[in-house]
Parts: sequence; C-alpha cells; structure tokens
Amino acid sequence: MRLLTDRLAARLSRGRRGRYAGVVVLMLGLLVTGGAYAVLSPAQASDEAADQSTVDQGRALFLVGCASCHGKNGEGVTLQNGNQYGPPLAGVGAAAVDFQVGTGRMPMARPGVQAPKKDVLYSEEEISALAAYVASLGPGPAIPESDAYDPLAIPEEDREEAIVRGGEFFRTNCTACHNFAASGGALPGGKYAPSLRGVSDKHIYEAMLTGPQQMPVFSDEVLKSEEKRDIIAYLNSIEDAPRYGGGNMGAFGPVSEGLFAWLVGIGACVGFAVWIASSSTRSKKGTQS
Amino acid sequence: MSHATTNGAKAATAKRANPLGGLLTWADDRTGLAAVSKKQIRKVFPDHWSFMLGEIALWSFVVLLLTGTFLTLWFKPSMAEVVYDGSYDQLRGLHMSEAYASTLDISFDIRGGLLMRQMHHWSAMLFIAAMFVHMMRVFFTGAFRKPRELNYLIGLLLLLLGVIEGFAGYSLPDDLLSGTGLRIADGLVKATPVLGTYMSFFMFGGEFPGDVIIPRLYIVHVLLIPGILLALIGLHMLLLVYQKHTQWPGPGRTNNNVVGYPMLPVYAAKAGGFFFIVFGVTALMGGLLSINPVWRYGPYNPAEVTAGSQPDWYMGFAEGLLRIMPGWETHIFGFTISWNVMLPGQIIPVMFLAAMLAYPFIEAWITGDKREHHLLQRPRNAPTRTAFLVSLMTAYGMLWMAGGNDLLAVIFNLNLNYITYFMRVMVFVAPVVAFIVTRRWCISLQRQDEARLLHGYETGVIMRSPEGAYAEKHLPISGDEAYTLTARDRDPLLPAPTAADENGVAARHVRLHRLRARLSRAWFAHNVQKPTTTELEEARHHAEHELAVRDDGHQHVSGDYTGDYELDGHAADGHQFDGRHGVSGEELRQH
Repeated sequence: MRLLTDRLAARLSRGRRGRYAGVVVLMLGLLVTGGAYAVLSPAQASDEAADQSTVDQGRALFLVGCASCHGKNGEGVTLQNGNQYGPPLAGVGAAAVDFQVGTGRMPMARPGVQAPKKDVLYSEEEISALAAYVASLGPGPAIPESDAYDPLAIPEEDREEAIVRGGEFFRTNCTACHNFAASGGALPGGKYAPSLRGVSDKHIYEAMLTGPQQMPVFSDEVLKSEEKRDIIAYLNSIEDAPRYGGGNMGAFGPVSEGLFAWLVGIGACVGFAVWIASSSTRSKKGTQS
Repeated sequence: MSHATTNGAKAATAKRANPLGGLLTWADDRTGLAAVSKKQIRKVFPDHWSFMLGEIALWSFVVLLLTGTFLTLWFKPSMAEVVYDGSYDQLRGLHMSEAYASTLDISFDIRGGLLMRQMHHWSAMLFIAAMFVHMMRVFFTGAFRKPRELNYLIGLLLLLLGVIEGFAGYSLPDDLLSGTGLRIADGLVKATPVLGTYMSFFMFGGEFPGDVIIPRLYIVHVLLIPGILLALIGLHMLLLVYQKHTQWPGPGRTNNNVVGYPMLPVYAAKAGGFFFIVFGVTALMGGLLSINPVWRYGPYNPAEVTAGSQPDWYMGFAEGLLRIMPGWETHIFGFTISWNVMLPGQIIPVMFLAAMLAYPFIEAWITGDKREHHLLQRPRNAPTRTAFLVSLMTAYGMLWMAGGNDLLAVIFNLNLNYITYFMRVMVFVAPVVAFIVTRRWCISLQRQDEARLLHGYETGVIMRSPEGAYAEKHLPISGDEAYTLTARDRDPLLPAPTAADENGVAARHVRLHRLRARLSRAWFAHNVQKPTTTELEEARHHAEHELAVRDDGHQHVSGDYTGDYELDGHAADGHQFDGRHGVSGEELRQH
C-alpha cells in the first residue's frame, strides 16, 4: 500500500508539483484505507443499521417496554444502595437484544436473580427495531449471519470432525454449568444455567457471544466463530442422535438413575415378592394359609 | 432300580428302570449326598413377602456375575492412550484411554453389549438397594437378636463390600464421571492428616490420575471383592439354614418350630421363579432405561467437569455430607487438617457403620435380653428400636437430598445456597423429630392393639341412646388374631442396683449398672405391655355378657357408651355379614 502511494505520489509530483499535492495524497490515502476498512471490517460497526426510522421505531418500543429498568436512554438505573436495577445497554450490541428479547427473557415479568425464558412478547420486526436502537447506543456485537452459526454451513466432509471438536469444546467450556447432556444445572444463589435442548442455533451462538445473565462472554478472541459453530453442531448432533440406551429419565445423571432403581426396580421386585408370597400351593390367592 | 406294581388281583409286572435313577444311584454311592439332602430338601421356610427381600439381593448378585462375565470378555482395563475409531461418530478420532474406548466398543460395536452393560449397572444398584431393604426388615423386626448377631454382622459386611465393589465398577469405564468420582476418592484419601499424600501416591502410583488405578481397580472389582462377597454370601446362607429362618408369631408358631413350606418342591419353585422375575425386571430396565451413558460424558479429562456429577445412589449420602460441610480447616505445625473433607469423607461414614455394627450388642446390653429369639417382633412392639432406625433413615434421606442439591435447585426452582443452609440444620433436627414421632406412633399402635384385645374391633354399627348420645358397637376379635397379638414378651425393666446387697457386700460396677437401668427405663418405660391373663379373662366375660341374646331377641351392647340406658345395636341389614365373625343363623331381615 505504502509502495503504491509512494509511486503514485512520485508520478504526480513529477507532473505538477502543486501546492496541494501533499494534501491530495493524504486525502487519497485516507480514502483508500477507510474504504478498505469499510469493505473488509467485520459487521460489528453498526453503520449498516443506520436506518434512522428503524432506530426511531426501536426507541419508541424501548421507552414503553424497557426504559423503566434500563433508563430512558439505556443508561441503566442504579438504586440508592448502589445495586443495578437494570444495567446500562450501551455497547451490549444487537446480538444481546436479539437473544434476550428473542427468547422472551426480556422484558422481565418481575425483578429476580435471573430472567427466565418465557413466551416471546415482540414480533420479529419489533425485535430487530429494538436491536437497532440498542446498537445505536454504542458499538457491540451484531446479530450474526446464519453462516456463522448454522452447522449446515460447515462443508459436508468437515462436519463430522467439527462435531467431535465441538464436543471437546462443549465438555471443556459448557458442561460444568449446562450438564453433560445440556440438561441445565444450578448455580449459587438461585441462579441457574438453563437447558440447551430446543434452543435455536442463533440463540445459542448469541448467548456465547454476549454472555447473558450469569454466563461468561465467549468472545471471538476466546472461542473463534467457527468453534462456536462446532459446539452448535455437536449439540444438534446429540439432540438428533437416537437414545441408544433407552429412556434417559431427564438426562440428569446418577440421581435420576438412583431414583428409578428404587422406585421402579425395588418397587417392582418387592411387588412381585408380595405376589409370590401370597400365592401358595394349598390355598387360593387372598386367603390366609 | 426297578419298581413293581400290583393291585393284588394281577401279578406284579416289572417296570423299566429309570436311567436317571441309575445315574443318581451311581452318584449317591460315591458321594453319599442322598442322606444329607433327604433332610435338607424337606427343610421348611416360612412364607412372607418380607423374607424375600434378601433374595432380591441374592438374585441380583447372580445377574451381576452373569453380565459381568460377559463384560470382562471385551473390557480392556488399561489406561494406555488410544485413538477412538469405533461407531460412535461424536467421539471418533479423540484420544482416550483403552478402558474408555473398550467401554464404547461394548456399547456400540459388540452385539448385546449395551444391554449387558446396562443390566450390569442396574443390577448393581438393585443389589445394594435390596441389601438395604433386607437389612431394614431385619432391623425393624428384631431378627438380628440372639442367635443371629453374627449373620447380621456378615450382612453389614456384605453391604459395605457391595458399596466398595460398586464404586470400583463405577470408576472402571474411565469416562468423565468416573474420573470425577476417583478425583473425589483421591481427595478423601489425601484428607488423612500427614499420611494422606503418601496414601494417595501409593494408590495411584504417583500423582492423580496416573496410569495404574484402573488395572488395580479392575482386579479388585472382578476378582478380590466378588470372591469375598461370594464366600460371605455362602456363609450367610449356611448360617441361615443352620439357625433356621425366623417367623412371624401366629397360631401354631412358637420359638421352637418353623411353620411354612418345604424347600422342595414349594420353596425351591418360589425362589427359583423369583430369580427369573428379578432377572426379567433387570433385563427390562437394562433394555428400556438408559443408565450411565458414558458416550455422553466423554473420556476423562482432569480439566473438564459436568453439572450433575453425582455418584451412584449408595454413595449419595457421602456426597451430601461433603456438599453441606462448612469449609473448616486447621493448620498445625505446617500440616493442614482438612476437617471439611475428613469429617464427611472419613469420620462420619465410619461412625454410621460402627453404630450399625454395634447396635445389636448395645440393645442386648440395655435390655438385658440374652435369650434366643426365633419369633419376630412387629416394629411397633419395639418402639425405641424402630424410632432409632427411622431417625437414621431420615438422616440418610436428608443427606441424599443434600447430595442432589443442584438438581433439587434446578427442578424445583430453589436457591442452592438455601438448600445447603436448610440441610445443615435439618440433618440434625429431622432425625430427632423423626425419632419422637415414630416412637409415639408405635406406642399409639400398641394402644390400638390393646384396645382390640380388650374391647374388640369397631364394627361400624353406630347406636344412639335415648338422650341422643352416639356409641359404636364393638365385637371381639378372632382367637387367632388375639393369639397373634399376644404372642410377645413383656419388656423387662431392669431394676436400679443397690450399693450393697442384703449381706452388705458392695456391688461392683454400680455406676455402670445404674446407667444401664436408666437406659432400660428410657428404652421401655412408655411401651404398652400386653394385657395380663386376668384382664383378658375379664374382657372376655364382658363381651360374652354383652353378646348374649336376650328373651326379646335383641343384644344389649353398650360399646363405648357410658350412659344409663341399655342400647340395642344391630348392623344395618346386609352389614351383619361383615366377614369378621361367624354368620351361622344370620339372614337378611327383609324389613
């Protein structure tokens, strides 16, 4: 690049050594760099969502549904004792909004340690308007393109390997809270890691990207975009896999197995013992020997 | 051998000799077994469902041996690293131990392997659970009393070995869960003051996890403990046959006989049939319910862990202890004493076990009962003992819940921390409450038995007196039931010792005997003793008087009515056939 501009400048300066040549070169340089950045940079910069009317629509919705906790300008509400009532939203990005509102977690029905998943209250269009508004508050992760999270975007021949890799990532980073079968698990103080079964690929990706509620952020520096997609591929593959061993009893591990051993196993055996003891050779069933 | 038949009218004809008979004669001539088995195959066993609980354990053990043998044909007890190349897509190409890879092979590439694995695991759980319920039956009914204390101890030893055996088996597949379990075991060993790290290094052949623990546990799991278990089960059964089985009291049943069915053909058929039922239940569970899906856990990796990491149920109480224990530590002379692991992991489980081992002897000492007992006690007739076990069971149940606290939190939307605080209190409070409630409950049931003996059973016939009082008619219980209810001993209260006898000789161990007398008092004082003969006679006269039919064809029964009038009570038409007393002469009144 530098070489190119130098040579250009040399030719220009050979022709006419005008007073403004330096300025022109500088402007050209800036234009090229800026243009290249605009074309090549990741979609994080929210300039594409600059459609002002969408942002305005999002702001109108925000003022009705979100501002009571997050503040009229998304600056957050701090209580007198210093606790956050609703956190500031500048910089959380459109992906966070798409996840929180798109899974029904936001708006919360009532304050609590954690926002539970519930029915989605907004339409697709309203969610993207809200996302556009929140994204306009400060740069943050954008809603991912489907190629980023859809395992089908992995080339067919690499998919199996990706699933194995995703399994390793999943066991290393996710099972500690979400359980080996993605059934969910408890966290201190009434918080919890929800079950991942039936969650859409996009929402899983966004959750890793933005770290909602208690979840840590797995930014692209921590877990590359493709690695997140591998995890999703693994989760889909175990969800689609047949139940090899039979009913999974909630897939909670040895606790539910123990429960079934006692209730079903011992229950059945003792029931049969009662039956055998009550049937004898001489008397009919039900009469005492 | 040949048989001859004749009916006296025709000449006897020789039948063809049974070839089996010849074979048996051949065998008997060389072993002399006929003389022994002639008696033993007619041995009588009493019939009651609660006597078959130990059988569930026995038959589960047989299922364990069968399925376990199958598994040994393919399982490779090695921690050598291999690359998985089997049929399970999600793990193909991963590095893992040979033990884990062969477990995956058994699950996915060996025909019937997964079924065998799952049956093995389910029957292991049933084996230990059945030992628990069997032991509860023995404890609640006082079957551990003389002469069966030794068999009780063997039973407890079997239970302990079963738990260790189960834990070893749980650790063998080398999946994430078994590695996590071993890590906890490592922690428990290391919590031993001073010696802990040495013991852990000896156990794992170096730092955890090392590469020897699985081959070592394998030999323990398939050879050492099963061998001891088998020998102890044999001894347990021999003692059972030798001492004869206990039985419930009832008409014709005494301390010196056994009423029931002979071994052959009845009991052998029942027990043999029960084996197939236990096998069938295990096979159904193994076929329909997924247990320990190792492929979901992944190979063990010390850097990984999963939510829902719990041991199998029989270690759940230890897990609970560990989870609710506050993080106490002491530092002495540069050594750390980890009370937070040592207490729940080593001291308390051993105390639990010691209490159970010592119980028969403590009870015999307190009650002063050194007689032989072959008749069982109903749990209500030993209120303190029943309450003691119920309180232990309550503590155990609380610890179970504490061991699954994360799942309680997730499934019932509870706060994990509050469950922990709650359990820290309840593990002390709940057993005490359970003890008091159970004891009073038993005593109430004893009172009810006494009322049935002295006042008869409640007929459900309600009478109204002229002044408007209501009373229920009672009828005497059957002689059989009365016998059963009274077939128990009175509880002997030990007298407080005097410092010196009448000759002025100072008694020895006065303080000990005084403690014993006080304990015996606490043990028995509130129990309801069975009615005396005089009381029973009186009650019978009273009932006869009431049931006598007067000239006018009516009975004048007062039931629990205490007023001045004579009541005329009879059942609503049709209800006189209540199945509780003779109905000869009764007929529908048609009015």
